[in-house]
Amino acid sequence: MSALPPYASPLQKTWYYSFRVICGLIFFFLIFPIMIIVPLSFNAQNFFTFTPEMLALDPAGYSLKHYEDFFTNPSWQQALWNSVTIAPAATILATVLGTLAAIGLSQSHVPYKSAIMAVLISPMIVPLIISAAGMYFFYSRIGLQGTYWGVVLAHAALGTPFVIITVTATLVGFDRSLVRAAANLGADPVTTFFKVQMPLIIPGVVSGALFAFITSFDEVVVVLFLGSASQQTLPWRMFTGLREQISPTILAVASLMVAISIALLTVLELLRRRSERLRGLSPG
Amino acid sequence: MKLKTIVMAGTALAFAGGNAAAQELTFVSWGGAYQNSQIKAYAEPYMAANPGVTIIWDESSNEAVAKLRAMNEAGNITWDLVDVVASDAIRLCDEGLAMEIDHDEMLAPAPDGTSASEDFGDLIVSDCYIPQIVYSTTFGYRTDVDEWGGNTPDDICDVFDLEAFPGKRSLEKRPINNMEWALLCDGVAKEDVYDVLETEEGQDRAFAKLDTIKDSVVWWSAGAETPQLLADKEVVIGSTYNGRLFSLIEEQDQPVAMLWDAQVFDLDGWIIPTGLSEERLALVKDFLYFATDTQRLADQAKFISYGPARASSAPLVSTHAELGIEMAPHMPTDPANAQNTFLYNYEWWADYRDDLDAKFQAWLAR
Amino acid sequence: MSDVTSDQVLTTQDGKPLKAALAKALRRERLRSLMLIAPLLIFIMLTFVAPIFDMLFRSVENQIVSETLPRTVVLLEEWDAGSGETPGEDVYQALHYDLMIASEYKRHTQLGTRLNYEKTGISSMFRRTGRRIADFGEVYADQFAALNPAWEDPMTWVNLMASDAWIADQQRWAASQDGPEPTFILSETAVAALPATADIYGAFAEFLQMEEGDSPTDEQPWNAVYAALYEDLADNPQAFSTFSGTNADLLREAVEAVPTFATASMKELFIDAEDGWGDAGNWAVIKTFSPAYTPGYFLSAADAQLTPDGLEMKPENQQIYLFLFYRTLLLSIVITLSCLLLGYPIAYLLAALPLRYSNLLLILVLLPFWTSLLVRTSAWKVLLQQQGVINDVLVWIGLITDAGRLVMINNATGTIIAMTHILLPFMILPLYSVMKTISPTYVRAAKSLGATDWTAFWRVYFPQSVPGIGAGAILVFILAIGYYITPELVGGTSGIFISNRIAFHISSSLNWGLAAALGTLLLVAVLLLFMAYDRIVGIDNVKLG
Repeated sequence: MSALPPYASPLQKTWYYSFRVICGLIFFFLIFPIMIIVPLSFNAQNFFTFTPEMLALDPAGYSLKHYEDFFTNPSWQQALWNSVTIAPAATILATVLGTLAAIGLSQSHVPYKSAIMAVLISPMIVPLIISAAGMYFFYSRIGLQGTYWGVVLAHAALGTPFVIITVTATLVGFDRSLVRAAANLGADPVTTFFKVQMPLIIPGVVSGALFAFITSFDEVVVVLFLGSASQQTLPWRMFTGLREQISPTILAVASLMVAISIALLTVLELLRRRSERLRGLSPG
Repeated sequence: MKLKTIVMAGTALAFAGGNAAAQELTFVSWGGAYQNSQIKAYAEPYMAANPGVTIIWDESSNEAVAKLRAMNEAGNITWDLVDVVASDAIRLCDEGLAMEIDHDEMLAPAPDGTSASEDFGDLIVSDCYIPQIVYSTTFGYRTDVDEWGGNTPDDICDVFDLEAFPGKRSLEKRPINNMEWALLCDGVAKEDVYDVLETEEGQDRAFAKLDTIKDSVVWWSAGAETPQLLADKEVVIGSTYNGRLFSLIEEQDQPVAMLWDAQVFDLDGWIIPTGLSEERLALVKDFLYFATDTQRLADQAKFISYGPARASSAPLVSTHAELGIEMAPHMPTDPANAQNTFLYNYEWWADYRDDLDAKFQAWLAR
Repeated sequence: MSDVTSDQVLTTQDGKPLKAALAKALRRERLRSLMLIAPLLIFIMLTFVAPIFDMLFRSVENQIVSETLPRTVVLLEEWDAGSGETPGEDVYQALHYDLMIASEYKRHTQLGTRLNYEKTGISSMFRRTGRRIADFGEVYADQFAALNPAWEDPMTWVNLMASDAWIADQQRWAASQDGPEPTFILSETAVAALPATADIYGAFAEFLQMEEGDSPTDEQPWNAVYAALYEDLADNPQAFSTFSGTNADLLREAVEAVPTFATASMKELFIDAEDGWGDAGNWAVIKTFSPAYTPGYFLSAADAQLTPDGLEMKPENQQIYLFLFYRTLLLSIVITLSCLLLGYPIAYLLAALPLRYSNLLLILVLLPFWTSLLVRTSAWKVLLQQQGVINDVLVWIGLITDAGRLVMINNATGTIIAMTHILLPFMILPLYSVMKTISPTYVRAAKSLGATDWTAFWRVYFPQSVPGIGAGAILVFILAIGYYITPELVGGTSGIFISNRIAFHISSSLNWGLAAALGTLLLVAVLLLFMAYDRIVGIDNVKLG
């Protein structure tokens, strides 16, 4: 598939190009829906459709009013504020606990390893509605329902599997002889960890943290059940907005969130390249 | 954001100087235009008069019963005042989740001295309930449908008439109201509706009537869906709360009109959760005395087209705060609109809700 | 390291056997790794696993009946539900006491709601009866009061029912007003001689003290207490003999008067208040659901119900859950297959392209993956509606007429399209990671041996990509069957999943037991799939991006 050989038959050529067209269409399917909301968010009208003015590219059909609404409306601002205070706390908790556990799991003699792994990964597997329902009842009993920490703990729990998976992935290729070498040269375990292991797993930790962050930042089901008014996050407001208020402000928010996704993705890509470079240098 | 925090902290400090401590109350309401009208008519004037009190709003009225039950189980009530519809108020009161109150002792009398309980009259459907507004669930239709040949629906049964009024309809995704309308249009007299609906045959009859339009129905679960569907031309006629249609017609200026026939009245009002501390309860009572007096209830109608629950407020209803139009003709209680109304039976639905809901969902899925 | 001699075990330098030293080192290493894992394990157990087990418990929990009607439930055990006859007067008497207490605590309506899940109409039966229950014993209260006004005095009752120690404590407390009133204690004499009265009076005193913050010394007892006293005195005319002083005199006077009292049949009073109490069917429901644990919710979740005659299916017009489970499975399969159909070519292309191109294209896959679920769902709402972008374009190019706009949202089609889009990256990524490892030399070898392109792909390449298909398909399927938000927003009625019903029962219908039962069934399905996934891929090999 990499390149068409010069001796390809006409049939092969047709297939080669039509395959590329099919793939192009699928990529279009993946990206188009996300991109379509950007122009719509500049709609001067209050509805979710392209107006004739917009299609005619008439400047009067476009406006920044939905962005203005987002930045001036106190309830959207409160939601933004809640999102940016909940997600980092959940991320830190998930990353610290997840990284430690991943290092522990990567050692060679862990009893009940697969059972432990199954439990730790379960928040990613259990359907969100079930997690949300369980947490709703349980956190209500212990007085955490409707509190900031209730939401943070829940989001941290949902984020940890991603940290474990990404950190474990970087540890899998890790050459254990490096640790032994460091120990031989007189380094204590703590020094070994920070000087030898840490630089190698840091890309995994950071990308795990990003996953944990986006998990919390985008999460809506659990916060819908667990949160109260003072924990209303952006996705929560978008959800109620989609059902209850006819306002393309949602599309403005969505466009901003796409921008955030692109930024996070860029960071992740840079990290991946760095990690590959580092691995290229490491022996084994 | 940071600036906001600093400003907020600053204001809080400034108030802390004057008051012993700034107090925060959590009120629960429905969000949207309705909650805005409450903020404008009640919360803002109250906070202006009592600078030590901050009111935050939780848009959870939809799940109020579930959340209050969960809070009660946990013994940790975080809400101070909850806005609910009458059937939820009755349920909350029955379960002891809402506080029983003495309306005359707690609420202001009318300006002419009529006691509060008399002023609210029959609308006090539960000992825990302080009604604010009367709203109705009714239909709106697009006025620019070519296929209708210039006719407009003026009878509830036009909703079921696909020949004369083709096009999609939107109805609420629950049996309440839909079953009653179906029976009314199947020839059942208004006063017999619940007797008929109690029987298996009656229920089948209602479903059979709904079957005639089932393929043309978009089902909604939130009040704003119908206005949006109407505006997007996704449906040509649909049921929702009258205030939502008002804002679509008057504020958003869409080609939509009201069909008031067989509108179903319902109430919306406050309940106080049980288990508040003395201090918070005193504050809530103070707010309620202020926010449910004759003038305040009439003020709410400046922002949304729902009828005030006090008889004495009706003459005070004036014009819309921004549009300047007379509000009285847009009230569901206006005599011109209320020529043919349907009385919703709370008690009956309390019994048959689960049963009919299961049947309704099964019917929908088929 | 160690000295090795032929007849000695291996030892370390300090003389310990090597085997032991190694075992010790191993233990230490194990301990260290467990110490690293422990914080997270405990965290997940507390914040995640415990809540889920707590919820599972709700699906069988049913203490409400026996806790709200303890006296009635015990007596009902003797009653034969199959007889078709209502229980005897004693059961109604017990119900009178139980409901009196429950209605004061406002628990009878909760019980009514619970039993209404099993039989329609019970809810209002309890609610309406609750409003009148306080009057049921009035006839006795009036006659005792007419006999001797002392019976109206709260202190008469305290002296009769309370233990001497409590009376003394209470007086001390009343003088000092320090702290809460001491908790009421029944006198042993009263418990022995007047068991029913003591039982219900004790409940009365507890209610006053705990719920109302009042004292039994200030409040006249419920009418039901008088009914109980009548019952006790009628049963045991010698009751006064163990009392002394005023108490004995009062009781002796009452015992003599009791045979002349007008009586009330509790059975008649109940049936008079609500016809339903005369229906043996309602009693059968109470009896059937009186055990503390019930399979009832699980049966409801499978469209079945427990009747006195045993298990049977619900009437056809109420069956919904089996169908919903079936639809959830069916739609999830369709979504998984569409993901596979769209994802396979993309993964193949990515794996075949040189790394620098494939990394670039991979971003197009990762962008949707990183974009908020709600953003993507709102996008599909915009695209798919009848006046939406896709229909507009189709009308514009003349493929459909304006009147023939396609209905692609608020139905199963909407759910399938939106969820395929949302889950597609979860299919592509595992497929890609497997395909990356397939060496192109095999296909080349096949071709050089004369295979056509198709044969080389189908017989050589495809079998090697099967693990990727398995991994991707199970992952997508697991995620799909638990989806809630997207079906809720674009699914209408024909595109909703079992999750939507669970959410409905939690927040709208408040049937938490049924929600928990449905959730348990869904969870079991997911866990089975997860185990399959673990077998095929291994959880350690899950890759993200």
